[in-house]
Amino acid sequence: MSDVVEKTLTALPGLFESQTGAAKITNRLRQLIKSITELTSKHEEENLIKRELSAIKEQVSSPNTTMKQMREIMVRAMYCEMLGYDASFTYIHAIKLAQQGGVLEKRVGYLAVSLFLNEGHELLLLLVNTVLKDLQSTNLIEVCMALTVVAQVFPKDMIPAVLPLVEDKLSHPKEIIRRKAVLALYKFYLIAPNQVQHIHAKFCKALSDKDPGVMASSLHIYLQLIRESPDSYKDLTGSFVTILKQVLGGKLPVDFNYHSVPAPWLQIQLLRILSLLGKEDQSTSELMYEVLDESLRRAEMNHNITYAILYECVKAVYTIHPKAELLEKAARCIGNFVLSPKINLKYLGLKALTYVVQHDAKLALQHQMTIIECLDHSDFTIKRETLELLFRITNAQNVTVIVEKMLDFLCYVPIKTLTFAPDNSWFIQTMNDVFSIGGDLLQQDDPNNFLRLLAEGKPEEDDQLRLYAVESYLTVLKGHTSHLPQCFLQVMSWVLGEYAHLQESVDRREVIRLLTQLLDQRSVSSETRVWILSALTKIPEGQTDLILDLAESLSSSQDTVLRQQAQELRHLSQDSQLREWVLVENSCAVDSSLSFLDGFVSEALAAGAAPYKPPHQRQEELSLNLEPYSFSLPVSLSSCSITDRQSPTLLSVSSGLSGNSAELSTLILEGVKRVWGKDGYLPQKEATAPPVDEPSAAVQPASQQEAAERIEPRPEPSTQNQDKQQLASSLFVGLGVGSSVSLVRKLFYDGFTASLRGNVMDCLEARSTSVCHYALLMDDPHTNVSLTGTVSYQTQPGHTNTLPFSGTLSTADFIRPLVVTTEEYGKLWLSLSHDVKQNLKLLTDAGDPLRTTLNALKDALQLHVVDIIGSEGIVACRLLSGAPCLLHCRVNGAALAMWLRSPHPALPDFILYHCQRALAHH
Amino acid sequence: MIKFLLMVNKQGQTRLSKYYEQVELGKRAALEADVVRGCLARRKEECSFVEYKDYKLVYRQYAALFIVVGITENENELSIYELVHNFVEVLDKYFSRVSELDIMFNLDKVHIILDEMILNGHIVETNKNRILAPLLALDKMAES
Repeated sequence: MSDVVEKTLTALPGLFESQTGAAKITNRLRQLIKSITELTSKHEEENLIKRELSAIKEQVSSPNTTMKQMREIMVRAMYCEMLGYDASFTYIHAIKLAQQGGVLEKRVGYLAVSLFLNEGHELLLLLVNTVLKDLQSTNLIEVCMALTVVAQVFPKDMIPAVLPLVEDKLSHPKEIIRRKAVLALYKFYLIAPNQVQHIHAKFCKALSDKDPGVMASSLHIYLQLIRESPDSYKDLTGSFVTILKQVLGGKLPVDFNYHSVPAPWLQIQLLRILSLLGKEDQSTSELMYEVLDESLRRAEMNHNITYAILYECVKAVYTIHPKAELLEKAARCIGNFVLSPKINLKYLGLKALTYVVQHDAKLALQHQMTIIECLDHSDFTIKRETLELLFRITNAQNVTVIVEKMLDFLCYVPIKTLTFAPDNSWFIQTMNDVFSIGGDLLQQDDPNNFLRLLAEGKPEEDDQLRLYAVESYLTVLKGHTSHLPQCFLQVMSWVLGEYAHLQESVDRREVIRLLTQLLDQRSVSSETRVWILSALTKIPEGQTDLILDLAESLSSSQDTVLRQQAQELRHLSQDSQLREWVLVENSCAVDSSLSFLDGFVSEALAAGAAPYKPPHQRQEELSLNLEPYSFSLPVSLSSCSITDRQSPTLLSVSSGLSGNSAELSTLILEGVKRVWGKDGYLPQKEATAPPVDEPSAAVQPASQQEAAERIEPRPEPSTQNQDKQQLASSLFVGLGVGSSVSLVRKLFYDGFTASLRGNVMDCLEARSTSVCHYALLMDDPHTNVSLTGTVSYQTQPGHTNTLPFSGTLSTADFIRPLVVTTEEYGKLWLSLSHDVKQNLKLLTDAGDPLRTTLNALKDALQLHVVDIIGSEGIVACRLLSGAPCLLHCRVNGAALAMWLRSPHPALPDFILYHCQRALAHH
Repeated sequence: MIKFLLMVNKQGQTRLSKYYEQVELGKRAALEADVVRGCLARRKEECSFVEYKDYKLVYRQYAALFIVVGITENENELSIYELVHNFVEVLDKYFSRVSELDIMFNLDKVHIILDEMILNGHIVETNKNRILAPLLALDKMAES
């Protein structure tokens, strides 16, 4: 950053007094600037500028106004125009100032002209004579400013009048005059190319001018000329190459350097010209290989500007006829860009990559990890650029993934960029496009976010937006609607129901008719019908006949929900009192704090009820509870019930045993054999694995724990949440045993490889069923583990029944998806030591073999597919509460080359084994 | 190609605006407000480039002042980013440690400097001495 010092506004008074920096500022201008800095509102600004403009008006028409004052007036007028207020009455005075003022006033006059008047402005004609006079002036400063204004704004038709004078200046002894003349001619070339046809030879002379500034100015013309017809300027390639070589070799005066880099913008300009010349032309390209190579080499200095040059150079290398060696170097440069921690360089790297993948798509593969990382980047610009890149490498294999990513982005764009939306109509129109094209592929959140955006705005501010939405949707609905996606129809019906009343001019019957019409369409899903009916319910009363007709026609619908809604609609339309009561204006205001329940809650709490805990918290606590329970505990926990539906084991085991439960009817709590103590499972027989304390969970005696929770809910650090979610999907062994809540369990497993980490018992009082949860963890992977155990229960004291059970579990049962982002995956991958590689069978029966295969594996083994790009996919999983395993899959001919990494030496082998089995069984 | 250059402070007040492609007077205020809002919305760790309509915006912040340049897609963002810095270095050199107030009190001079650097949306001079030469000559004349 520069050493710009912020002189704050508090320093302002001092500045006015001291006259430094403001020495030549007259009173009125100073006053204006002071007032501008003190503005607090748009309204104030308006008043200030109006006052200023009328003061200016008075002053300019006064005959006593001197040129010096006029100069100050012009600056004030510039301020007015800069703030967006028309000061066109001063334009003529600007021209006069340029005409009549002394050198300083003249410059400000010309400046005002160039700021106020655009090319076609008729007042410019009045400037021609002044320009002619100044071009012939003996004062170089006047010549200079005349040339500057000619290069900015000059009437096209008057070019012939000044052209000879400007041409003359090309051989002026002063470099600044020659330079300005070249730029003026460039302007002429831009606006009237045929006028300067004859002076191409002079451009050539400018190119070989001894002054680097004049030469550099001529490059603008050449870039333009070469862009239009590269073939006509091939013979100049040698000159451009020589110039670039000289620049690179430090032959320019030192003051052309920027941060020790010689004339960087000139280098960029030359590289652009070279790439145009060398495009699809081998012999011309050969002339520049050497200098491009040097340019790539020179750019080792670590400054933004060298990267800017490098970017241009890489583009040139990939544009001209390819040379392997250079391509390789350029590709390495791109690597430096994209891997840079500096975000601006990363952006430019992506842009370069986007450009080069059109020539060589393989380059994207080298950087696929970075690309995937950038795709999820929080920076909108980076994300956008990455999509652009993906778009360029789309092929038949990756099209589905890429389009999916783009659609994700699609809806995000307009909502995210709302601050940029030029107006409401643009925003609504864009969203209409998004909904009708993106349609049902959008995530459910997207339409919801959009509606929230509409709903949450302030009534006055956003009524405009809502009104526009209503209007736009009515137009859409009047057209052909059968192709519109359901989510768009839902959005439209919600908006119409909610906001149609805002639009006075809209005929409600028309709205009802349009919505009803939708109901008749076959393509409209029943979910959408519900949306439509809800909208119709909200449209204010008065159209009872239409509504009754509708309700009548729907009353015979096969869909019960619709029938129900139609019935409600009928009642509401007939009973206006009920209607008012039910449909309060602004009905979307939701009391999310549920404060109206406060009384009820405090009453309940006073009566001893447990404070509310969100469901996830309850579940976590319960599944983490590894405290051995006392006999009375199950009763106190009787209201809780958890079942993890994702756990197949629980379902299968509990269903097998639940039949027994119904037969037992009495609840006996005494005399149960104590198998669980405070330290966990009390080994009974051949129990081989002692219970292991769960490190991440709080260990408290259950009864105390419950008490503690009543006083203060334990904070749940978010870092633990993931672990907990992993645990939440643990293996449950559910056992339904009759009314005897007092359970005795024994559990044995083979070997030392699994450990018991906790248990929870629930009693479903009503069904006289108890559910026990165990978390079984596998510390060392084994292909199969057999599990045996017994359940002992007592229906009467001293009378113990025993039920044996057994089962076999494989490693696959202990594998859980490891949800990581691509970035995390990349980091983890590098940190893992043990790896195994093998080729697996590729399922080729579908269009996208990689995706099909990975999906099959995912279904069979609960893997998490992190991402698929092109012919490669990355997948992650972990051993339940244990070591992770990362899988990198690549399509290799007809096989799937799988590369697994894990911190656990044996885990990749087992996972590979299960993958093979899963694919073989597929 | 450069489409416009703006100097806007954090409060969204325009301190200098130069358009290289005609934009109606009435539409400028809205455009400038949009642009500054877009730049303010970005976090420090995000890149200095942001898309805006058909242009790319390249912005750089100096104390409370944003310098924002609107460019076309084919322009080199990083070179413009450095051009902005070069511009500020020139201002620094002329005003010896430039501030927002220097710019306000010398609007005409800042424009004259800018005219030497960018013409018709092209970078025409980056040599600091040469950029300042015409203005210094004017100052000298005014003194005598």
